[in-house]
Amino acid sequence: METIPIEHGLILAGILFALGLIGVLTRRNIVFVLMSLEIMLNASGLAFIVAAARWGHAEGQVMFLIILTLAAAEVAVGLGLIIQMFRKYQTVDINVLSEMKG
Amino acid sequence: MLDLIWLLPTFPLLGFLSLVLTSGRLPKPIVAAIGAGSVGLSFALAAMIAMTFLGSGEDYYIVETFTWMSVGSFTPGFSFYLDGLSLVMMLVITGVGFLIHVYATGYMDEDPGYSRFFSYMNLFVAAMLMLVLGDNLVLLYLGWEGVGLCSYLLIGFWYTKPENGYAARKAFVVTRVGDTSMAIGLFLLFAHFGTLNIQDLMHAAEIEWATGTNLPAIAALLLLGGAVGKSAQLPLQTWLPDAMAGPTPISALIHAATMVTAGVYLIARTHVLFELAPDVQILVAWIGLITLLMAGFTAMTQTDIKRILAFSTVSQIGYMFLGLGVGAWSASIFHLMTHAFFKALLFLGSGSVILAMHHEQDIFKMGALRKVLPISFASFMIGSLALTAFPFTSGFFSKDEILLAAIELEGVGFWLWLGGVVGAFFTGIYTFRLMFVVFFGENRGHHCEGEYGGWNMSVPLMILMVLSLVGGFIHIPVEAVFSHGEAHEEHHASLLIEGIMIAVPLIGIGIAYLFYGSKTLSVENLMASSLAKNLHKFWNSGWGMDWLYDRLFVFPFMWLARINAKDIVDQFYGLVVEINRAAHQMIVRSQTGYLRWYALSVATGLVLIITLGVLL
Amino acid sequence: MILVILIALLFAGGVLAWMSERVNPNLPRSIALATVLLDLLIMLTLLGSGDSGQWIASLEASWIPRFGISFYLAVDGLSLLLILLTAFLGIIAIGSAWDEITERAGFFYFNLLWTLAGVVGVFTALDLFLFFFFWEVMLIPMYFIIAIWGHENKNYAAMKFFIFTQVTGMLMLVSILVLAYFHYVQAGVFSFNYHDLLNVSFTSRVEMWVMLGFFIAFATKLPSVPIHSWLPDAHSQAPTAGSVILAGILLKTGAYGLIRFAVPLFPAASMEFAPIAMTLAAISILYCAKVAFAQHDIKRLIAYTSVSHMGFVTLGVYAWNEQALQGAVMTMLAHGLSAAALFMLAGGLQHRIHTRSMPDMGGFWAKVPRMAIVALFFSVAALGMPGLGNFIGEFLALLGAFQANIWLTVVSAFGLIFASVYSLWVIQKVFQGEYNSSKFDDSHLSDLSRREMLYFGAMMIGLVWMGMYPQSFLDLSAGTLSGLLSATADAAVAVAEVAQ
Repeated sequence: METIPIEHGLILAGILFALGLIGVLTRRNIVFVLMSLEIMLNASGLAFIVAAARWGHAEGQVMFLIILTLAAAEVAVGLGLIIQMFRKYQTVDINVLSEMKG
Repeated sequence: MLDLIWLLPTFPLLGFLSLVLTSGRLPKPIVAAIGAGSVGLSFALAAMIAMTFLGSGEDYYIVETFTWMSVGSFTPGFSFYLDGLSLVMMLVITGVGFLIHVYATGYMDEDPGYSRFFSYMNLFVAAMLMLVLGDNLVLLYLGWEGVGLCSYLLIGFWYTKPENGYAARKAFVVTRVGDTSMAIGLFLLFAHFGTLNIQDLMHAAEIEWATGTNLPAIAALLLLGGAVGKSAQLPLQTWLPDAMAGPTPISALIHAATMVTAGVYLIARTHVLFELAPDVQILVAWIGLITLLMAGFTAMTQTDIKRILAFSTVSQIGYMFLGLGVGAWSASIFHLMTHAFFKALLFLGSGSVILAMHHEQDIFKMGALRKVLPISFASFMIGSLALTAFPFTSGFFSKDEILLAAIELEGVGFWLWLGGVVGAFFTGIYTFRLMFVVFFGENRGHHCEGEYGGWNMSVPLMILMVLSLVGGFIHIPVEAVFSHGEAHEEHHASLLIEGIMIAVPLIGIGIAYLFYGSKTLSVENLMASSLAKNLHKFWNSGWGMDWLYDRLFVFPFMWLARINAKDIVDQFYGLVVEINRAAHQMIVRSQTGYLRWYALSVATGLVLIITLGVLL
Repeated sequence: MILVILIALLFAGGVLAWMSERVNPNLPRSIALATVLLDLLIMLTLLGSGDSGQWIASLEASWIPRFGISFYLAVDGLSLLLILLTAFLGIIAIGSAWDEITERAGFFYFNLLWTLAGVVGVFTALDLFLFFFFWEVMLIPMYFIIAIWGHENKNYAAMKFFIFTQVTGMLMLVSILVLAYFHYVQAGVFSFNYHDLLNVSFTSRVEMWVMLGFFIAFATKLPSVPIHSWLPDAHSQAPTAGSVILAGILLKTGAYGLIRFAVPLFPAASMEFAPIAMTLAAISILYCAKVAFAQHDIKRLIAYTSVSHMGFVTLGVYAWNEQALQGAVMTMLAHGLSAAALFMLAGGLQHRIHTRSMPDMGGFWAKVPRMAIVALFFSVAALGMPGLGNFIGEFLALLGAFQANIWLTVVSAFGLIFASVYSLWVIQKVFQGEYNSSKFDDSHLSDLSRREMLYFGAMMIGLVWMGMYPQSFLDLSAGTLSGLLSATADAAVAVAEVAQ
């Protein structure tokens, strides 16, 4: 069977991760930041899958499942916080929400 | 009897304590009784001790009380050493001191600080007795500093005037310079001999140190530093004229009769050391000579009655130093004693004049006082005659002995003698200038009702008059003290030399008469040229010594103190604080509060760490 | 056991004083006074119960056996002298705070007593870990005393005091740990016991560094140039009682540390270091005397004179012979009294006229004669008048130092001249001259009260006693000092040989 070389998978994961990171760094809307974070989590999940497929181990898939649940939990909590924040400050702009300054 | 010697300083000390603890709540007669009485008691005891001692025929007597401190081999005690020298000193201090105390009960009568005055006076007498009776140098140092303290307190007695405080501090600090030198001398002697007992030291020094070597010279120099400080000799003489800011009995007691002669006593006491260092000993003579001449010049230009006497004191102590320097130990002590008589007399006389003139001290505002103030006039007359070494007064004998000893010294002896004679010439001029201006001539308009005070002021004057006249016939029992060191037992002077020494002061008196008595010669003519004016100014300022010291020491010290008031070391720590503050302000900027900034730094950090991990 | 009681009593008294404030705001001061008095009485029972040179009382209990740390307290003549001074000045300090401290008095006396407890601990601890513990205990309450009850710039001063002593204290901790480690390497067990650590041997380079850790900590406390600058700030800002404790006792812990630890633990390095230490001492004496003269703030002036006088202590300690050491100890005692008294006078003046600025004062002699006489007495004592304690100390220190280093002694002796300059300057500025009340509020300017006279009288008697019959003090410390001298004699010989 023609297999996809591991490098391709890892590069894809890397690109996804970088995209997510750029999203986190550049977006001002906190919802998008959260989404970018999801992309980063998925990128790392992809890397696990690729690696697991390469060496034929099951641990990679197990890790992905954990990440999946983690991401779900995170989104749930994160969105809840965002809703609370929006109620309180009437904005989702993280620059406006910044209170900690040295 | 002799064992009671410890009571001598104790009486005045108790007087001091009782006056201080009651702090001015006692009525004046009781204060006077305590103040003068305690010194009187000491004098009575001193006289009895003196008779017992002279009757016993012993050379010395030691009374040990208790050990002051004992640290290793350093064990000075409160021990008293009585010999001819300390005997003379103790009699002068208690005797003249008692007379001055009695005089002061009248002089200070109207002063609000009556009790304070006598407490200081009593403390002074106690300290002075410690100084001359102590058998070790530490005890001597105790008295030495103690009299310095009392001198400070009494010069600044009228404390509301800042210039009095200045004079007091000047006196203390300048003498402290000498004291410090002396303290270092003490350290040196202890380091070499392991004791500070004077007699032990002298014996050890004689055995261990060769004549003319460096160590005795250094030790003698250091002690000499202390002596010139206390005795107001070059280069530390500047404090004494200013010290006249104190009440006049103080000037008589401390700055004429007793304390200022402590330096002479110290050198006489440690004369063995000075004999081991002939260079230093002759230096003592030169210091004395130069000081006596400089002070003589200055005294001729002064107008303040007490300052004239002050410079005269400096000059007379110069004679004592001259005597010490040529090895005429007993002559110097003799002069010390006669000087105590006639200078105390002069100062107390001037005190009466000053009181009668309502605290006027400028002699050119006085005049024709001989009829208004007969007792003062008599005391001044006798005192002046003794001071100018008029034949058969006390000063004549003592000064004679010193000068004869000087001329017998080979080498520089003639020059020392000549200088001394020139000094005597000046003495004649300035003393009788004072006499003629104050007591003769016309009244210069200042109101004066007559003698002030009662018997308590006049009786001491009369006793001192007698002593000044006949003091020269007293024989001081100091042969045993200087037995091996005395160079000249009998003086065989030629008639010519005797004649010169008698004539020169008389010529001085004559010149004073021509200028100030008969007005045959005019001072104005003499002062016409600008050179004369400048010279007058220069001498009047005490040869510019104050000016020089201000620029050499006082101003630089003040300047250094002023520019460094904030303490440069502390500025360094301030700098550390500033650098820290700047650094943390820089780092604080990284705490922006933006989430993405933190995320970026996390990411960058991660990339950096991984890169490092891959590379290494 | 008696030593634990001494310290525990102070700790407990502090807590009790704090709590009693709720009952009555005047109660804490009485409790504090009673505690320290009781402490003093207990200390007095130690007098004469043992021969000098031996440990009069000691107590050793295991504390953290795993690291060889024990609760080891002991008292010999030197320690006893210093804890007596501590208790005596503690009473004086409470007296000076009696009317001055009205705010949060309970907490104040708590801090005061805990500082005293720390100091007594420092003077008695013979386990180096325990010593360090007490070193810190005395520091923190003192910080609070300055920071809470101080004057206008108190936070700065308190922080400066804390940082200086804390940073250098850390250096000492490092040195203690290194010392314990070396003992572990050489003996196989951990120990912080003083007697064990005396036997540790080093290479000379290591010894020098470890010794420096101790020296810097103690020199800061003394203080010595160039680490003295916390003192003027701390003193000028601290309340009077704080100044009394600081100048009278806390500074002496530094000197005690030098005598007890820095030199005996590292004899060879100390002998090698002695010229530098003595140079620092000479600089301290002259430099601070000069800076003192330039001060307008009377408390800062006295603070600088303290540094100057403590220079004689350093000089004496590093001359390390019998006269010099005795001189150092006498200076510690006498300066403890004279500096405390001068600070109380300055504090009393500030309390009365609300200023410390000397140019504004003048002519107080006529107004407050008793105060003037007392001030004169202590100024004269400070300038080293024979017959008073300070003279004995400084004279002996210089006498001993002369045998060790002639030139530095000669230079230091000039401090005697400078001392007279600044001492008399204060008297002139404050008490002499014309009285002029335009520059301050003189409505509360009253002479010393009967109670104040009692304290000053006690201190005067102390100084005269020290000056006229110092033997009673010298005898107490003589045994300790000669023991220390003989213990370090070998090292001194070795250094002398290397030098030649």
